Amino acid sequence: MSLNHADRVERVIADDLVQVGDRRGLFRGTVDSVRGVLEYRELLGLLVRREIRARYKNSVLGIVWSLMRPIVQLLIYYVALGQFLGAARATPEFAVFVFTGLTIWGLFAEIVAGGTSSVVNNSGLIKKVFLPREIFPLSAVGSALFNFGIQFVILIAATVLSGSFPLHRDLLYAPLAIALVIVLGTAIAFLLSALNVYLRDTQHIVDILVLVLFWASPIVYNFTFVHDRLVGTFAESLYLANPLTLATLGMQKAIWLAGTEDPTIYWPPHLGLRLLIALAISLVLLWICQRVFSRLQSNFAQEL
Amino acid sequence: MTPTAAPPAAADARPIISVQDVSKRFVIHKDKSIKERIVNFRQSRDLKDDFWALRDVSLDIFPGQTVGLMGHNGSGKSTLLKAIGGIIHPTSGSVMRRGRMAALLELGAGFHPDLTGRENVFLNASILGLSKQQTEDVFDDIVDFSGIGQFIDTQVKFYSSGMYVRLAFAVAINSDPDLLLVDEVLAVGDEPFQKKCMDKIRQFQREGRTIVVVSHSVEQVADLCDRIIVLKAGEVVHDGSAESGVRALRGTFEEDRIAELPPEQVDSAGQPLPAVTIDDVVVLVDGVPHDGVIEPGSALEVVATCTVHDFGPWIAGLSIATPPGHLVYRVNSEGFDHPLPDEPGTYDLRFTMEDMSLGGGQYVVQFGAERPAGQRLDLNENAALIEFARDPHGAGDVQFTGEFRVERSAAVVEAPGSRSR
Repeated sequence: MSLNHADRVERVIADDLVQVGDRRGLFRGTVDSVRGVLEYRELLGLLVRREIRARYKNSVLGIVWSLMRPIVQLLIYYVALGQFLGAARATPEFAVFVFTGLTIWGLFAEIVAGGTSSVVNNSGLIKKVFLPREIFPLSAVGSALFNFGIQFVILIAATVLSGSFPLHRDLLYAPLAIALVIVLGTAIAFLLSALNVYLRDTQHIVDILVLVLFWASPIVYNFTFVHDRLVGTFAESLYLANPLTLATLGMQKAIWLAGTEDPTIYWPPHLGLRLLIALAISLVLLWICQRVFSRLQSNFAQEL
Repeated sequence: MTPTAAPPAAADARPIISVQDVSKRFVIHKDKSIKERIVNFRQSRDLKDDFWALRDVSLDIFPGQTVGLMGHNGSGKSTLLKAIGGIIHPTSGSVMRRGRMAALLELGAGFHPDLTGRENVFLNASILGLSKQQTEDVFDDIVDFSGIGQFIDTQVKFYSSGMYVRLAFAVAINSDPDLLLVDEVLAVGDEPFQKKCMDKIRQFQREGRTIVVVSHSVEQVADLCDRIIVLKAGEVVHDGSAESGVRALRGTFEEDRIAELPPEQVDSAGQPLPAVTIDDVVVLVDGVPHDGVIEPGSALEVVATCTVHDFGPWIAGLSIATPPGHLVYRVNSEGFDHPLPDEPGTYDLRFTMEDMSLGGGQYVVQFGAERPAGQRLDLNENAALIEFARDPHGAGDVQFTGEFRVERSAAVVEAPGSRSR
């Protein structure tokens, strides 16, 4: 800690001169960005914890609130769609089905919504301190994962309670679906958080897009319904091209045991392969979006 | 204590910061929403303004230096500091740096009001690049330095503003940087705490840490820095010692004032038309022109020959300051309730100061003329350099003839040995 004058000067000049805020080529830049984030991984952890802790600091129920929303959502869809509109009749264990979809969907929506506003919300830090800016969208991903973790535990508990714990080979779809949502969500979060700095409208567009995507994925209705309507048409391929549809289906195939066992439920062919392809594309997207982010981030401090 | 000046010879070729041809352009958008952009698509070029905050700035800063970046608002000094800190990226040119840096551009950036002081210390230290282990090692020092004590586990939103900045400063100062970038936050809190801050900064200097500070406080910078860089409209106009830097800074203020004068007061070359000029200033000591070292107790007389060109009330005054700019004494004609003649003509103005005993050393005498409202008419910044003889006994801004004796005290205090009798 307390080096004397000469020793410190000696030590400092032994370091190499490093260019500040370099914009190097595509691959070199990626390596630098990853290294920067790794260097600050402790801070990333602290930022995630800050998000979570600060959110529930002065509330009596605290962390329970992060469960309220999905549970209320579940009740609404269960009662309104399942019972009143009769979706539950063709869908065995409708509650587990809906909650599975809501859980994976919640992860995506939270990553995208939280990520989009993450940079603008941390403008105080960005304008005043040098940090790899990637950590802000990433901290949004982290806090979304935390909430997802809690919901996931409850989901598993629910399957145990209903006596249909999904211990089967299809459970392998779950990590694949989760990985797809994380990678894709992070890519989108990178892109939109940077755009949001320049165009605040982004935030509002995201709200609407998230709503549209919710109904464009088989979360509260069964994919079998879609298949019956669109059987074999281009529209069905288009519907299945939606990576969120794939992730939702993958998650349901893994967790929703009643549906997997029920022969009347239709599952699209090669779901695993589709998921893998979507994951590969998302990884490429993640890389592209990160490059866009790092290009745009050089002007963050002055645009905020 | 004056900070260690020139860097050791070995460091000469190895700067800690190297700024090369850095320019920064800000584009000022006047619209922000999609609607406005679409509606104004054709004129979008008109809605942009270019502004060069920095132009071709090149400089090297060496380890162990304390550098002050000065200039008035909008001169680009904060932009330069942010470019060094990597917070903004230059439009062209490059900034190179080595060693561990901590940027103190705003105290408590990243403090979250809902978290406790302890949580915020860890978060803030992490932002400044400390690992959890390192933070734990200095945690007690941080709490000690801040004087927060038992409130460390209270949410910072309940802190007073003083506690808040003290804690933030304590974190920053304990983050062990090689290079500290500071923007106007060298000293915070109440006076005792400010003293603590300044002591810590001086300790930093002794430890060979490099400090780059942006400040408007000429006195603080002149006191602390061994090098001052003056910026004006994004360009470096001066780079040198603290004393010359302060003078250069004052010079830029004067240029700006002239640039803002209304046209009728400016001649064809853009120079202001003089209303009053100071033609000559002579310092007399005990009635004879000043020469050599002044003995304390002398009568000092400053005689300024001024020419009045234009009608209007004016006042004249002089100041005596140390070469780095610390003001020792000032006096003006208003202080003597003496109106000055406003008829055109040439006058001798005499200020007499009897029995002058300034502390040993050199002083700069300035003489100036201005309107009562403060508009400057003429200023002779270096009217004379005078030197007072060293005080053989004491030191300070003044000196006195004095003596020192020791006598047996009249008060009856039992000497420790007397009891045994």
